[in-house]
Amino acid sequence: MVYTMSKPKTGYQAGVKDYRLTYYMPDYVPRDTDILAAFRVTPQPGVPAEEAAAAVAAESSTGTWTTVWTDNLTDLDRYKGRCYDIEPVPGATDGQFIAYIAYPLDLFEEGSITNLLTSLVGNVFGFKALTALRLEDVRFPLALVKTYPGPPHGIVVERDKINKYGRPLLGCTIKPKLGLSAKNYGRAVYECLRGGLDFTKDDENINSQPFMRWRDRFLFVQSAIEKAQAETGEIKGHYLNVTAGTCEEMMERAEFAKELGSPIIMHDYLTGGFTANTTLSKWCRRNGMLLHIHRAMHAVIDRQKNHGIHFRVLAKCLRLSGGDHIHTGTVVGKLEGDQASTLGFVDLLREDHVERDPSRGIYFTQDYASMGGVMAVASGGIHVWHMPALVDIFGDDSVLQFGGGTLGHPWGNAPGATANRVALEACLEARNSGRDLKREGGDILREACRWSPELAVACELWKEIKFEYATVDTL
Amino acid sequence: MQTLPKRRYYETLSYLPPLSDAQITRQIQYMLDQGYIPAVEFNETSEPTDVYWTMWKLPLFGASSPQEVLQEVRSCRDASPKSFVRVIGFDNIRQCQTMMFIVHRPH
Repeated sequence: MVYTMSKPKTGYQAGVKDYRLTYYMPDYVPRDTDILAAFRVTPQPGVPAEEAAAAVAAESSTGTWTTVWTDNLTDLDRYKGRCYDIEPVPGATDGQFIAYIAYPLDLFEEGSITNLLTSLVGNVFGFKALTALRLEDVRFPLALVKTYPGPPHGIVVERDKINKYGRPLLGCTIKPKLGLSAKNYGRAVYECLRGGLDFTKDDENINSQPFMRWRDRFLFVQSAIEKAQAETGEIKGHYLNVTAGTCEEMMERAEFAKELGSPIIMHDYLTGGFTANTTLSKWCRRNGMLLHIHRAMHAVIDRQKNHGIHFRVLAKCLRLSGGDHIHTGTVVGKLEGDQASTLGFVDLLREDHVERDPSRGIYFTQDYASMGGVMAVASGGIHVWHMPALVDIFGDDSVLQFGGGTLGHPWGNAPGATANRVALEACLEARNSGRDLKREGGDILREACRWSPELAVACELWKEIKFEYATVDTL
Repeated sequence: MQTLPKRRYYETLSYLPPLSDAQITRQIQYMLDQGYIPAVEFNETSEPTDVYWTMWKLPLFGASSPQEVLQEVRSCRDASPKSFVRVIGFDNIRQCQTMMFIVHRPH
């Protein structure tokens, strides 16, 4: 195949030319400073793979459908995205393949996830020559990583601030989701925290509705935290959700949380948007506030195997934009999540260097240059019997959140919280003593039930509940 | 139905019954296996706002067996029976504290 130089030698020629002539370059060796992307491309019938892949490279970088005279005033070679490899997807019957595309660093503004996504997952996703398109992974070059703030504190500093070492943290979302008065809500928080949880959480739907305005909630919750902390002698917190309709209101809520002495606030980064999230995260670092991140809307974007954005990309984007915790799914609970793939992006959130590993869905080696790590939050449909598996799967740098699994305890929130804390510590003690949580998890809990009536009651209630459905998005 | 009694706790492993010396030994062995540096610290109170407890001697940089560490726990306990005592672990590669668990509460 012959590649044309994108710089014309014969003056401007109007017209449409095949994308592959300019944007498909299988001999190109990506530079260390390039942004690399792996797209899962499903072309329309009859569209050759090279043309579809080149079209993706073009439409997500410099290309438009026809040549324009102003192309001749720039150096396209310096700015164009290049498809440098095409990898067939084994077993695909619809022509699906993985296209690897390299983008020059100059295409993107420093420190702006918003700008990056606008290109990478912008117009190209509606492109007619494709039936579906999914962004599977992105390699951020170090030169770009260093322009992002990263988590406001990171795992190490969070542990030092809240004095919790060598174990996962325990949380709980206060339920019912909607409709509690601020004072009743604060009571539920206090009972959970005094029972042994580290954190409670605003449900993502809770912002500032007529039944509970944000300021009232913040005040009662802070009383609950202070009482539980004085009673137990342990540091407590509640993720005060500052997600709001405007950035000004978001910041007003964050400032008030700080004024009250709350250690942590919360933001929904996809519905709120990356611009708001990065602003808030930078404020959190300046003000010593931990930042918990919820991911409402992610399943709209990441669940279908052939279209959208894989969560590992959204997770990487969050780490760069900033957050100290983010929800990752539980693997074992009620929500979607393949184990190998989940552990792949959990590494991308927590580790400083992650090697390419197709068996875990990691398409590119990623370096973070000592950027802080993000705690993985496992939340949704989990209860005490899941504890050994959760500790085994997620390890210490995680937050395990039992909502119904705390509040649904027959004796109430505080005993429910104690049941979870006892189960967690029994698992840790056993793991560190060399016992295998996968094999002996049940025995470990049953042994603890002998001296913890709270755990015994919880184990009795939830023993039959399982969530076993096939995963939709498999590797 | 029961009401959860109001009680003080001391972070990791404090919801378990007080650890026996055998259990403490296994936790320290885990710490050494991970390459962490063990240390013993004590304090008269257990306020959550008290970030630093007083170090019992220096961290045990050269410790090769959990018994050496346990010996220091015992001497700390004997020297200040009215204090809380906990074992902590440092990781010099990650440059941070990695573990902490209570081994003595005065009552």
